[in-house]
Amino acid sequence: MAGILILLFFYLAGNALAVLIGNFIPGSVLGMLLLFVALVLKIVKPVQVRGAAIFLLDNMMLFFIPVGVGLITSYALIGKYIAAIVVASAISTILVIAVVGWLTQKLEKRQS
Amino acid sequence: MIALLHSQLFLLTFTIGIYAGAVWLYKRTKWMLLHPLLTSIVVLIVSIKSFGVSYEEFSAATSIINFMLGVSVVALGFLLYEQLIHIRGNVKIMLTSIIVGATVGIGSVILIAKWMGANFQIIASLEPKSVTTPIAITVAAHAGGIPSLTSVVVIVVGIFGGIVGPLILRMLGIESKIAKGLALGSAAHAVGTARAMELGAVEGAVSGLAIGLMGVTTALLVPIINFILHFIG
Repeated sequence: MAGILILLFFYLAGNALAVLIGNFIPGSVLGMLLLFVALVLKIVKPVQVRGAAIFLLDNMMLFFIPVGVGLITSYALIGKYIAAIVVASAISTILVIAVVGWLTQKLEKRQS
Repeated sequence: MIALLHSQLFLLTFTIGIYAGAVWLYKRTKWMLLHPLLTSIVVLIVSIKSFGVSYEEFSAATSIINFMLGVSVVALGFLLYEQLIHIRGNVKIMLTSIIVGATVGIGSVILIAKWMGANFQIIASLEPKSVTTPIAITVAAHAGGIPSLTSVVVIVVGIFGGIVGPLILRMLGIESKIAKGLALGSAAHAVGTARAMELGAVEGAVSGLAIGLMGVTTALLVPIINFILHFIG
């Protein structure tokens, strides 16, 4: 229970910070960063959030379902642009794999 | 009876039941295309249509599940911490590659989609396509995209990246375990990490870290890139 409280607190803190910076970055993402920093600085002990975090992370896919079912309201728009969606995503994915793999290997070689 | 189909209790129970069934089916078959999220979404869309339930009704009934999405994004901070303290290897090199990779990923998807005539909403939905679903949905919604489109694109990109990733890395002559893990995790999130784990323990661990780093980097970069695009039109 304490774990859920801590996570909710950081979610709230993230949302507060998001408002302060003009909602430039989503509050939950800022909450994630704040929790990470709190763990690094040992303000929060890993054991305090582990149980709640693992429970959420293990069942996370369930939480995407309401969003996914929202497809029902945007079929037509997506159908219209399906070619762009497929081609852009596929090429971009290949580029990310190639760039990250190649650059990491290059930087490692340069260092050693 | 019909009224019961429209009740929030029924819709919530039904949704969780379909999800549990989809997870069971996936574990039995281990077939990548039967990704539990994809199966659940298809079955639920067909079901609520045949029950005559509107998306608004469904959305209200499952709002408690949707709320948990935000909390689970926060919980990713714990995962990132756990992965970072256990990782061996140069974090600076990894972070550099991820930042470059995220920029290339976001930039290329914008350019190609724009060139192929996609509108702003579609582009905003595709920008976070390489990152783990909770962050991707959050970023897309925030940028004015269609989160439901993002959720499906992310899963399909993961499956695609998991299949073509090892081939691309072989073609480029990438031998470093860290490079392989980082590439798979940053482009194909959890699905890529599952492939990386098959390659080896180091690849798997690095890939898990890559998911978190890519998620954070993308969440910070997308608003900045959109802000710049807004000015240059």
